[in-house]
Amino acid sequence: MTAPAPAHSAPLVEMRDIRVSFGGVRAVDDVTLDLHAGEVVGVVGGNGAGKSTLMKTLSGAQRPDSGEILIDGRVASITNPRDAKAVGIETIYQTLALADNVDAPANLFLGRELTTALGILDDSAMEDATRKVMGRLNPHFKRFKTPVRSLSGGQRQSVAIARAVHFNARILIMDEPTAALGPAETAQVRDLIRQLKAEGIGIFLISHDIHDVFDLSDRIAVMYHGRIVGIVDKAKVTTDEVLGMIILGKRPEEVTQEELAELHG
Amino acid sequence: MTEISGVPDATSHRPAGRVRAAVSRVRSAFGSATSRVRSVTTSLEIDTRLLGMLLALAVIWILFHWRSNGNFITPRNLWNLSVQSASIAIMATGMVLVIVSRNIDLSVGSLLGFLGYTMAMVQAEWIPQTLGLGFDQPYTWIVALAVGIGLGALIGGLHGALVAYGGVPSFVVTLGGFLIWRGLIFWYAQGQTIAPLDSSFALLGGGPIGSLGDRWSWIVALIACAGIVYTLIANRRRKRRYGFQTRPRWAEILVGAVFCVAVLAAVWVANSYPWPPALASQYAADHGITEPPGGLRIATGIAFPVLILAGVALVMTVIATRRRFGRYVFAIGGNPEAAVLGGINVRRTIMLTFVLMGVLVAISAAITSARLNGAVTNLGVQNELDVIAAAVIGGTSFAGGIGTIAGAVLGAVVMQSLRSGMLLLLVDSPTQDIVVGIVLVAAVGLDALLRRRAS
Repeated sequence: MTAPAPAHSAPLVEMRDIRVSFGGVRAVDDVTLDLHAGEVVGVVGGNGAGKSTLMKTLSGAQRPDSGEILIDGRVASITNPRDAKAVGIETIYQTLALADNVDAPANLFLGRELTTALGILDDSAMEDATRKVMGRLNPHFKRFKTPVRSLSGGQRQSVAIARAVHFNARILIMDEPTAALGPAETAQVRDLIRQLKAEGIGIFLISHDIHDVFDLSDRIAVMYHGRIVGIVDKAKVTTDEVLGMIILGKRPEEVTQEELAELHG
Repeated sequence: MTEISGVPDATSHRPAGRVRAAVSRVRSAFGSATSRVRSVTTSLEIDTRLLGMLLALAVIWILFHWRSNGNFITPRNLWNLSVQSASIAIMATGMVLVIVSRNIDLSVGSLLGFLGYTMAMVQAEWIPQTLGLGFDQPYTWIVALAVGIGLGALIGGLHGALVAYGGVPSFVVTLGGFLIWRGLIFWYAQGQTIAPLDSSFALLGGGPIGSLGDRWSWIVALIACAGIVYTLIANRRRKRRYGFQTRPRWAEILVGAVFCVAVLAAVWVANSYPWPPALASQYAADHGITEPPGGLRIATGIAFPVLILAGVALVMTVIATRRRFGRYVFAIGGNPEAAVLGGINVRRTIMLTFVLMGVLVAISAAITSARLNGAVTNLGVQNELDVIAAAVIGGTSFAGGIGTIAGAVLGAVVMQSLRSGMLLLLVDSPTQDIVVGIVLVAAVGLDALLRRRAS
């Protein structure tokens, strides 16, 4: 696949020494991670490893206690989701973050509604745009006027994905994007990720499906108890080694024979 | 041959089989009828919930008409009903947005009393006496109204800020407001009634002179019809431009015709209610008109409170459905987390719903005090319950995210129809409360049942 971007260009995203605490618990503990254009970085780890919280600091949903985020080598002040979107960061949340009581166009444009000159919502224009983006992502989607509550899991997911790709994101955060999907739809999302990557978009992919991550990522960041265990080049590791990092929280060279035996026993 | 014909024979001799066949026949006929109704309502794009409410209202009216020996569906009674519904309906349009965003406002009755009292003080005490400018100045009513609306917005903003930024539950904040604003009325005037009000201000309450009269009522009706036709055509054009499906032409014309006829019929009813003879004679004497035999007949027309309600309902519908603010209110009610992640300023939006509520309470306070031509200490008592009930009967869901302005207005009319109908039948007030209570719970229960069926 494509080689990582050359080292001399500034990375698209640099997260430096990010720390988030909830009460006494350090959910994210001095994490440093970067992402280049056209690169997919998988973020993996067990439950409560801090993946989602780390990504929320980038999407503006969670303010870090300390640390800084650089976009194109410049310090970006991301204090809320609006700031993140302004610098081209779009997020597909694990919960999808859809307002169930309104329709797909209203969700797609939530917070960024199109209006006429008089400030009246231009529902027709929003529906038109939604039809176009959905035509690309999920041609079977036809229910543009019903509240998303009554859509299937896959359809809801495609609304959330459409929202992330419609606004010309440069950086995409995908938190378990295939969790609610069947095999055919999952394949569709994988194709989409490859396509977006080819367009030069940088993608953070959070998934607990190690095969998804191996298939799609260039590098894999493994988190354990809020810390980064290691960031590995996918081509240089095996799934077993990454699984060992997820479960034991140690790099492959640090793992002892006994631990390995226990893992396999 | 015999074998083949024997088979259906054998089953039709069995009664159970015959019954089952009949049931399935009826069911399929019923099914096709309901599906036909459904296909008509979908091509008309009608809100079936609102249609159901209109039907319920029609049933209530016909029942009262029948029980009162034909005294309910009369121009006089319907005109009174429209005026009596206006104040609650205006506040209910605001309560919809408050409840949709998962809050509640228990203070509206007390706030109505406080604002009504304040406006009465402005026009009956402060301007004429404290400032010594005299009674019935041309600007008095507008100053009083502006003070009321400004103060309403301010107090609403205070409630909203405590809820949105202070993190105090709206139930608690407005329960506090319920006690505080009522209590402050007594600080004002030690429980004295403030009356009479400015003569222009008093027109806001309706009554024969606080109405449009027949000519202006017809003009308003024609403007409304033109607005309806324009809106339908503009919507159709916009959908056509994007190549979206539109209603069939017949459906479009039918919808427009039904709305226009409804407006014209309402105005016709209002114009069919003449001024009371004594007032008409007075008018004739004042204007040097010789009274024809049988007395001068002056049509009352649309009352000002009803005109104000129509304007408020229109503006609130636009705010709720066609503006970003309204979209955000509904999104917050549907999923507050999604609203935050979408970059919506949730706190500000919540606060503004309370500001809007305060403004609407001020308008209702003006109407209610003007109708009494004075402010009394129990002005607006229990109104919060009527307003919440109107919104809820009108389909607003306490789970948040669901509700319509038109539904809330209809809900207020349903409530007022029940009350005034029972009054006509000389039902005592405690029994009225019992009936309204039962209707409230039954309406919401039925709605929940239908919603569960639908999903």
